[in-house]
This record gives sequence, C-alpha cells and structure tokens, in this order.
Amino acid sequence: MGNVWGFLTRTRRGNGRMDWTDWVTYSYLFLGIFVMFAPVIWLAMSSFKTEAELSRFPPRFLPYAQETMAVDGYDEPLALFDIQSGEHAGKTLAQIRRVGLVAQMVDPANPSEKLRVDVADREPLEKLSFAWENYTELFERFNFLRFFWNSTFITVMATLIMVLVNAMAAFALSKYKFRGQTGVLMLVVGTLMVPQTVILVPLFLVTKELGMLNSLWGVIVPGAATPTGVFLLRQYMITIPDEIIDAARMDKASEWKIFWRIIIPLSAPAIAVLSILAIMWRWNDFLWPLIVLNQSEKFTLQLALNSFHGEMQTQWNNLLAMTVLTLLPIATVFMFLQKYIATGIASTGGK
Amino acid sequence: MLSVLSSIMRIVEIPMLFLQHKLGINRLAWVFLAPNLILFGVFTFLPIFISAVYALTGGDKILLEDRPFVGMQNFRTLGDCGNFLDPDTCRSDFFWRAVWNTVWFVILQVGFMVGLSLLTALILNQKIRARGFFRAVFFFPVLLSPVVVALIWKWVLQKHGVLNAVLEGVGLEGHSWMLDSTWAFGWSVFLSVWAHMGFYTLILLSGLQAIPRDVYEAALMDRASPWRTFRRITMPLLAPTMLVVLVLALIKGVQTFDEVFAFTGGGPGSATTLIVQYIYQTGFAGAPRLFGLASAASMMLAFVLIVLTALQMRANRRSFNG
Repeated sequence: MGNVWGFLTRTRRGNGRMDWTDWVTYSYLFLGIFVMFAPVIWLAMSSFKTEAELSRFPPRFLPYAQETMAVDGYDEPLALFDIQSGEHAGKTLAQIRRVGLVAQMVDPANPSEKLRVDVADREPLEKLSFAWENYTELFERFNFLRFFWNSTFITVMATLIMVLVNAMAAFALSKYKFRGQTGVLMLVVGTLMVPQTVILVPLFLVTKELGMLNSLWGVIVPGAATPTGVFLLRQYMITIPDEIIDAARMDKASEWKIFWRIIIPLSAPAIAVLSILAIMWRWNDFLWPLIVLNQSEKFTLQLALNSFHGEMQTQWNNLLAMTVLTLLPIATVFMFLQKYIATGIASTGGK
Repeated sequence: MLSVLSSIMRIVEIPMLFLQHKLGINRLAWVFLAPNLILFGVFTFLPIFISAVYALTGGDKILLEDRPFVGMQNFRTLGDCGNFLDPDTCRSDFFWRAVWNTVWFVILQVGFMVGLSLLTALILNQKIRARGFFRAVFFFPVLLSPVVVALIWKWVLQKHGVLNAVLEGVGLEGHSWMLDSTWAFGWSVFLSVWAHMGFYTLILLSGLQAIPRDVYEAALMDRASPWRTFRRITMPLLAPTMLVVLVLALIKGVQTFDEVFAFTGGGPGSATTLIVQYIYQTGFAGAPRLFGLASAASMMLAFVLIVLTALQMRANRRSFNG
C-alpha cells in the first residue's frame, strides 16, 4: 500500500532508470491515449468507408472497397473477383450477376464469353480506397453548407457581440467610481447562479415575444451577456494602470476612444481567452438552439447531426462524414491554441 | 473585417461623446453598462419572475394572459406520490423516474469522474516525459460537442460496432448495448465521464502544482512514508480544490442533458431520461405543451442548484483563504 501511494504522490525520480512505478505510470498514460483517441480515430476512419464496408462485421480498420472495371458490352462497371479454385483458378473475373450459389462472370480480356463460377471459389478483389463521396454527398444531397453557415454565423456574431458588450461592462466596473457599483456587481454575481436550464420556459416566451423564434438571432442574443465574461475581463482590466487613462484624458481623448483604443488592445490576452471560450460554447451549443430553431433550414450543425441521426438510421456513411466535419474546426483551433484554452477554462470554471 | 469594426466604432463615438458631455465622466459608466444590464434584465431576471407565473398557471398556452391560475396544482401533480422511492406509485411517474435517474446518474458520474480526475492529475503531476502532450490527450474531449461525443460512442457501441467485434474476437459475447436499460445507463455515465474528466483533471492538476515543493522536501527529511506524506500533506492541501471540483461537478451533473439525450434519446423506455430532458419534453417536445408542469419542475431543479451554488461559494471562499 505504501508503495502505491509513494508512486502516486512522488514528485521526482531519484535516478534515471525505469522502475516498476514508471511502467505503471506510462501504462496508465498509454491506456489514456487509447481510450481518449481510439474512438475518434475509429470514427474518422469509418467516415471514409463505403456503405457496404460499414455494414461488414467484423469491421476492418482501413477503408477497403471492391475494385470494379468497365467491361465492353456492359453499362455499369463490374465488380472484380479473384478466382481461388475450380476450373478458372488464378484468373481475375468480373461478375455480371449472382444467381444463388453460382455467379455469372466474365473475363475482362474476353468479354463475349460468359462463365459460371461457384460462389465459394471466388474472393473479392479489394483495394484501399477512401470513399470521398461520403463527404461530397453532404454538399450535393444534404444542405450541409446551410447548416455550416448557420453555425458559423451564430458563432461569429455571438462571439463579437459578447466580447463587446462584456468588455464595455467590465470597463465600467473596473475603471469608474459611481454610485451603485457594488449593486451592479452583486447583480452580475446573481446571474451566475441562474443557469439557462432552469428558466427555459420563460426564456422561450421572451424570445417568442421579441419575434426571434426560428431566427438565428434568437440563439445569439439571449446568451450574449455572460457573467463569466464580465468577470474575466474585469479582473484583467483592473491590472491596467489608471495613469494610462489619465494621460489619455489629458490629451482630450473621449471616454469611448479610451475604451476602444486603449483598454481593448491592452486587454487582448483576456479577450482572446474569452473569445476562444465563446467560440467553443456557441459552436457546441445544443439545448437552446434545439428549442428556438424548429425549421430545418435554420438548423445548426449540432441540430442537423442530431436530427439526421434520428431520421436516417441506415445512412451512417454520410452521418459519420458530417460528424467529422463538425468536430474538425474545433479540433483545429484546439491544436493551435491548446495552452490558452486550457488556462482559460481552468480560470473561469467552465461556464 | 477589422476596418468595418473600426468604422462602426468611430460612428458610435459621436453619440458617446454627446452623452459624455451631458452626463459627465463617472455617470457615463451606466452607458457602458447599459447593453449588458438590458440583456441580463430581459433574458435572465425577467424570466426568473415569469417562471413563477408559469408554475402557478395551467393549460398549454404560452401567453401569460391565456393561462388560467391554478395555484399550487402543478407542484401537487408532481408531488402526488404513494411512495417517493417508487415512481410507479406517482401520478407523474415520468417525472420521478427522471428524478431518480438523475440522482443515480450524478452519484455515479461525479464519483467516477472526480476519482479518475484525481488519479490522472496525480500521475500527470509526476516528472514524466511529454507532460503537455498527455495533459492535452485527457483534455481534448472537453472541446467536442455533446452531439459529436454521443455519435462517436454510438458508432463504437452499435450492434455491429467495433466493441462487439473486439469482444467476439477474444471469445466473449457481443451485446445490443443500447437496447438494454442497465447498459445504456452505464454507457451514458461512461461517456459523460469520458467527455468531462479532462476539465476536472486540469483544475486538480493546477491545485497540485500550487502545493509548495519545500513541504515535500521537509517530509522527505523527516523520513515520512509516502502514504503518510499523501495523507498529511497532499490531501489537506488539495482539499479546497477537491471541494471546488466536487461541487462544480455536482452542479453540472444535475443539469446533464445534451450528450445523454443525443446518445440514447432518454431510452430505452425512460431508462436514461434525466430531469432536464423531462423539462424539455414536457414543455417543448410533447403535445400538449405543459409549460406549467415544466416550470414547476424547473423551480424544483433551481432549488437544488441554489443549495449547491451556496455550497460552491463557501468552497470557493475557503479555497481562496486557505
């Protein structure tokens, strides 16, 4: 027991060699990599498989597809098979049709002669092939660009409005002395305690009365003022020295100019953290858009994914491709800004 | 983009300058606060007050003037139970199923999540190679959208999915995971832990790194056993962070909806229906839309959350002072 705790609480290693505790540590970490990454990689791989390959059990890791060939005299490309045994063993034949246990096949080199081959004698000729059509179909057959645009519009507008509105409030709360300041601060703290989940019904009424149901603005506006954002920015702005503002006032800069030209640029690190958080929240938002947006042309990516998943149980190939495209933007942002995101989330307590 | 923004800002400056002359510098603060306060007022405080009106009225109309006053009837409907532990004896059996599902969900999810986060944080706090990379590995699911998380695992767990293939490969039997109530619930807990544990790991890790090194060195000098060091140094010094993590996890756990709803839709039957899904289905997805009942349930949820938030504030204060 003592050994176990020693291993878990130890902060430095005496010498360079690996002892059993290191093995346990790295096993845990590699198990972690597997459990965290494997499902996502599996999803990405699956999104490149054809429907036939997706329904194969047991599944294979890499996407394979059967090779086909255009044969003279046939309109459609025919599937190719390697013949393992029987009278045509060793040849590669194309299948015209299958009747019970016998396949009607043709030699591509000699298309006029039809051959009969036992189904058990042949083996499909496969090659590694990425089914990009899973992705292209999203643009052709599904309204993917519309959903993508809706999500992007909501995310960009909501982030801009949120940063501006919260920065203004944070500026007022950090750089002015006025009556009622504590009252406003208390009010902001108060809103921290009211999660959206408990005021869904009245929020729905207010949004409806403002004519924002089934409109992207109905998703953007209600969440634009966040207490988290005000706090984050206020804590940062307090550290900006007042002398800078006084100097600007001497130079007859207006208060708005001070805010826009001095405070905003100097708060850039905090604003960056808040923007990243806002982008993440809005891109991934689900419950509130689900309530506000009922028409499918207004759906965000998340809603589209959810409703397609309900409608088309069988079309996993397109659904998987759409899932990959939905997680891709966030994954890209994460790769570049991992450190900021981590500190941002740790400092605000999530939301 | 930036030039559009800056020209907008220049236009805004004109009325702001006028207000500055009119109000004076310090009262201008209210102008800066106005957009935020209006948004808070309309989309947070007003709804809180209307919430009570909904809870006390009946019918399926959304407009307040069309709703008949029914007093405490919504609460009575929800609370009409022969035995609170057995949803079958309740008039709103669906509500109580959701309540008990949520209770079990929160106990299991928070328990596993905080435990695993602590273990992971302790391991990541050691001197290991590529710590930043491993931290990112555990953290990245936090960024995935709940719907994506749900679909990822649904794909792994489906009848002809990779998990069943692996199980059958090693000679075990595959399962229709999503059709079995117990398994569907278990996997819901699992996927929720998978998606969120990185966040708590990060907080605990920063808590561990805030413990001064020399305390451990002093313990080493005194030849304290590792177990004793853990019990007497790490645990007490980490306790405030643990408390924050625990309460935060509880607050979020009680409000779980997205990933479980996208994962199971609340099924099979009502096996994975949680309280927020009950509110959503009663108020928005079903017909008739029972806004009153949904609001009454919301207020009960709000009560639980207020208690938890009060705990959180105390925990926060203690962690800052300690």
